[in-house]
Amino acid sequence: MKSLVRDEGEVRVIVLSGKITIGSGDVKLRELIAGALDEGKTKILLDLAGVAAIDSSGIGEMVACYTTVTKRKGQLKLLRLSPKINDILQVTQLITVFDVFDNENEARASFA
Amino acid sequence: MMIPTRTTVRTTTETTTDVKTSSALQAHLILASRFENIEVAERALLDLCAQAGCGGEDEYWLVTALREALANAIRHGNKQDPSRKIRIDLGIEDRVVRIRVEDEGQGFDPSAIPDPTEPQNLLRPSGRGIFYMRQFMNRVDFDRASHGGTAVTMVRELEPKTRSAEDEKSSS
Repeated sequence: MKSLVRDEGEVRVIVLSGKITIGSGDVKLRELIAGALDEGKTKILLDLAGVAAIDSSGIGEMVACYTTVTKRKGQLKLLRLSPKINDILQVTQLITVFDVFDNENEARASFA
Repeated sequence: MMIPTRTTVRTTTETTTDVKTSSALQAHLILASRFENIEVAERALLDLCAQAGCGGEDEYWLVTALREALANAIRHGNKQDPSRKIRIDLGIEDRVVRIRVEDEGQGFDPSAIPDPTEPQNLLRPSGRGIFYMRQFMNRVDFDRASHGGTAVTMVRELEPKTRSAEDEKSSS
């Protein structure tokens, strides 16, 4: 998995690509979120447009990150799901947990 | 009659790949319990899919299910002990794909895994692997493996083949 990190005002935008899978991508995702929180960034937007595959460990890590960020009074939101990732979030019912956006400006504006 | 061919590949990751090609496509792999080896098994499945003319949705979800079965076998079954082996049988025959993954663990009761889509389980960070497999395969069965651990057998019927441009050309 590859990542690109930038800050837009108070929002940390993390652009992910490749696979979020067991043993590599899942660990890296955890480190990226921990890094953001360590820097005081609690408004986090994950851009998943370039993510080709996510396994149950990757999904589990995303859920764990969501819980961690929420406990720190922050918000973790998702941007630009690929059709396959959307399918997976639908079948796992996690689409009801995450705020999902197609447009980055709208996503950034949604953070309180 | 097509004569079966046999290829054996040995890699530095203690991997033995034994691919037999006949009217039924098959691959048999014995892998050390390392997450990196999931990629090796995925490659073998992709090669079979290519030979069977199966791609797109079928290929994507087959790979997803295989990866989940292997992740479970390596993490939960063999506890990431590389000296314990994972045995994988892949087969495609008559547009039906069969995947069997065996570990050397203690076994478990799949019915004891809670439904991850229940509201109280939605935020659990684990417990979705078997759910994934059941979503993407037509059948998922668990039994005792030949070496004492868990065996999972998954079956998926492939989408009907669409006529390729070449087929169209040859029939005209």
